[in-house]
Amino acid sequence: MTALSLDVNGRMQSVDVDPATPLLYVLRDDLRLNGAKFGCGLGQCGACTVMVDRGAVLSCITPVSLVVGRRIRTVEGLGRAERPGPVQQAFIDEQAAQCGYCIAGMVMRAQALLERTPNPTDDEIRREMAVNLCRCGTHMRILRAVRRAASLLAASVRSGAP
Amino acid sequence: MSAARVDGAARRRLLAAGGALVVSFPLRAAPVGRASAASRSAPALPGSLKTEPFVDGWIRIDAQGEVTVFTGKAELGQGIKTALIQVAAEQLVVDPRRVAIVTADTERTPNEGYTAGSHSMQDSGTAIRLAAAHARAMLAERAALRFGVGIDQVVLRDGVASTAEHRAGYGELVTGEVLHVRVDAGAPLRDPRLHFVSGKPWSRVDIPAKVSGGPAYVQDLRLEGMVHARVLRPPSPNATLRAFDAPAIAAMPGVLKVVQDGRFIGVIAQREWQAVSAWRRMAQAARWDETSSLPLPGTLFRSLREAPSEDSVIAERGTPPSDATTSMSAAYRRPYQAHASIGPSCAVARVAGNTCTVWSHTQGVFPLRKAIAELLGLPPDQVRCIHVEGSGCYGHNGADDVAGDAALLARAWPGRPVRVQWMREDEHAWEPYGPPMVAELRATLDASGTIVDWAHDVRSNPHSTRPGGAGDLLAGTLVADAFIPTPPKPLPQPEGGGDRNAIPLYAFPSLRVTHRFLPRMPLRTSALRSLGAYHNVFAIESFMDELARAANVDPIDFRLRHMRDVRAQDVIRLAAERFGWAAWRRRAGRGRGFAFARYKNLAAYAAIAMEVEVRRDSGAVRVVRAVAATDSGEVVNPDGIRNQIEGGIVQATSWTLFEAVTFDATRVTSRDWGGYPILRFPQAPGSIDVHLIDRLGEPFLGTGEAAQGPAAAAIANAVADAVGVRLRDIPFTAERVREALVS
Repeated sequence: MTALSLDVNGRMQSVDVDPATPLLYVLRDDLRLNGAKFGCGLGQCGACTVMVDRGAVLSCITPVSLVVGRRIRTVEGLGRAERPGPVQQAFIDEQAAQCGYCIAGMVMRAQALLERTPNPTDDEIRREMAVNLCRCGTHMRILRAVRRAASLLAASVRSGAP
Repeated sequence: MSAARVDGAARRRLLAAGGALVVSFPLRAAPVGRASAASRSAPALPGSLKTEPFVDGWIRIDAQGEVTVFTGKAELGQGIKTALIQVAAEQLVVDPRRVAIVTADTERTPNEGYTAGSHSMQDSGTAIRLAAAHARAMLAERAALRFGVGIDQVVLRDGVASTAEHRAGYGELVTGEVLHVRVDAGAPLRDPRLHFVSGKPWSRVDIPAKVSGGPAYVQDLRLEGMVHARVLRPPSPNATLRAFDAPAIAAMPGVLKVVQDGRFIGVIAQREWQAVSAWRRMAQAARWDETSSLPLPGTLFRSLREAPSEDSVIAERGTPPSDATTSMSAAYRRPYQAHASIGPSCAVARVAGNTCTVWSHTQGVFPLRKAIAELLGLPPDQVRCIHVEGSGCYGHNGADDVAGDAALLARAWPGRPVRVQWMREDEHAWEPYGPPMVAELRATLDASGTIVDWAHDVRSNPHSTRPGGAGDLLAGTLVADAFIPTPPKPLPQPEGGGDRNAIPLYAFPSLRVTHRFLPRMPLRTSALRSLGAYHNVFAIESFMDELARAANVDPIDFRLRHMRDVRAQDVIRLAAERFGWAAWRRRAGRGRGFAFARYKNLAAYAAIAMEVEVRRDSGAVRVVRAVAATDSGEVVNPDGIRNQIEGGIVQATSWTLFEAVTFDATRVTSRDWGGYPILRFPQAPGSIDVHLIDRLGEPFLGTGEAAQGPAAAAIANAVADAVGVRLRDIPFTAERVREALVS
């Protein structure tokens, strides 16, 4: 066990873990965050997607030791159920979930995409989101939500909102 | 908690004991409802009221006027919580935001069996609607009595009964056991034309938590003192354990206990990653003896043909004519397919003394309770099963099995909640698959191009091996003193299993449908969304297309020519019109296809028109657009229905284009997403439009499984239209399509 300090959703958090532990388990068990989900543990499905600095990362295959000193963001950092952030709001507006198990990962990958490419084409969205699997078949709604999120984010940038 | 919320089981126990609880019946000077006279002779109650006939089994109102709905059905991601809240809120005339819902819990809710077969709206929705309507009528009666006015003068609105002079909250009008009365089958429903929330696209109550990391799933439960466990499965179905060094695993960091009972192996650890690390070490260290028990690659369908079958003719009418001109036949095949939920199955169990509590994403808390009670040797009333949402369900997946695992491990670590989540390979290799099927169809056309004779012969492994008993849980079959699985039986018509939707809805004068049930399973199979309907509708609707081509008739005209059901005709016409079937212009590599079914011939109607693109170089098939029309009876949540139909089309597109469980003679080889690829975003349809026909006043018709069969056939028909190749073997992988194009 090693004491590590992590920047998660803008707060410094101390954890005492085996440095080889995948980030996913540290987020879920030590920091009690539900957003990132265990889906495969193999980096194949994207349910565990979080952001590290400005990129989308598969937390189930990322040792926690690699993210020390970097900015980790999870879906909890984007907003709350009562006060959702723009990407979350877009997913609610489009009712883009069935079981929803994949959705937190989808939201994080969309957030990373839109920070990098604020106005993506449909092809760019599909290519980027290809990493993340949805089994309920909510794809059409998720695609609509990402497009809607792009306009909501653009509006929030224009209005100077955080 | 107020008296109105006394839990159902406790109340029933008191009542059964003939005990101290006084049950007061409402003053019924003016009996509720139009059928009230008949109600004294107890007419048949609809939906799940047959098993839970009391209003307060479904609806309770506390002293503050807060409404709670109780359903024995479970939220599986289909949005049932929201739709049931809408149903109750509408009849009670309250803001749906003031309505709470309690779902499947053996201590608190009615026993509604399994949440399966698209039954929830028909069973639970119908029960809750009538119970809430009865409660509304009682509220009006009691308000009238209290105010000293006629019942017609009382206005019920947003939780308040009022007249010009008087006002009383619902919570003041019904207290305690007042709602413990039998539901009146004739309780008047609100006029659908006045609906303020039913029939409206109400936002799902569960989505905000799911997009923001709120606790939403059984995987998110963090109970006080909870520990983590993993199970190590054998590498193949019949493998026996030769050697396993339990002490070495027990010495690993954080490991609390290694449990071994026959072929059942589990490890309990303080933290989840410690359990996973121990599981990995166990997987490397355990030595197994394996035997070959699976059909060799390429022989699956021959083995189905040779397997012993229990045959039954499920429909027969007319006699085949002797003067017909054209006879055609075709066989359609579907491999083992997986539910393959994104989140592996998970459960939490706690054993304390001789009681056990299990939190599970099972489809049936009551049947699971029985199986776990048998597994642990406890009386069923000492076991409580509480439904908590899991990852998408789509039928009998690993949910029950992992609950059995958790119960056994919790018994080995008593007093503490034990959380077990399967690893990806556990789910892919051990879930009960959707069974392989073969459907052989034969039909005869007369000179006018009309079908005069039809035969459908379907072979399938079981579509239900649900618990049942402890032998229907994997853990029960792996322990040294193993339990025997319940011998599989065919599910009876009219719903059926392998023969679900094998009887065509078309009006053929002469018809014979045979179901050949194959109880012996090389790999365990069970219910996968829509059961046999996916394959039978694929076969029927593909064959209709082949026959239409042979008769040189437009496939939609051909269907309408053989269809007498007016509601079926309506969805067929609507889908065709919204697709722009008549004006469609052909482009190279593109084709259009059409298909229709009424799920189980008794639930929702769905017609789907599709345009696909086939790449001649790669063989890849892409759905360019899909247009669906559905009739689900009276619509409660139109967006919920759209979501189900869109999802059904996308999921069936994935099944149909990509999916097959693979295996060698010994082992399942598709053990992760690499070995079992499913549809990803670039392969998702270009667009899907869903059009609803809302039948106000008609019964609810289950919709969650209505799209799968038509979607598969629409793809096959569109591919045939695009490139002239008829695909009868699912999945239509690029490789298979390319081969077909070449040959």
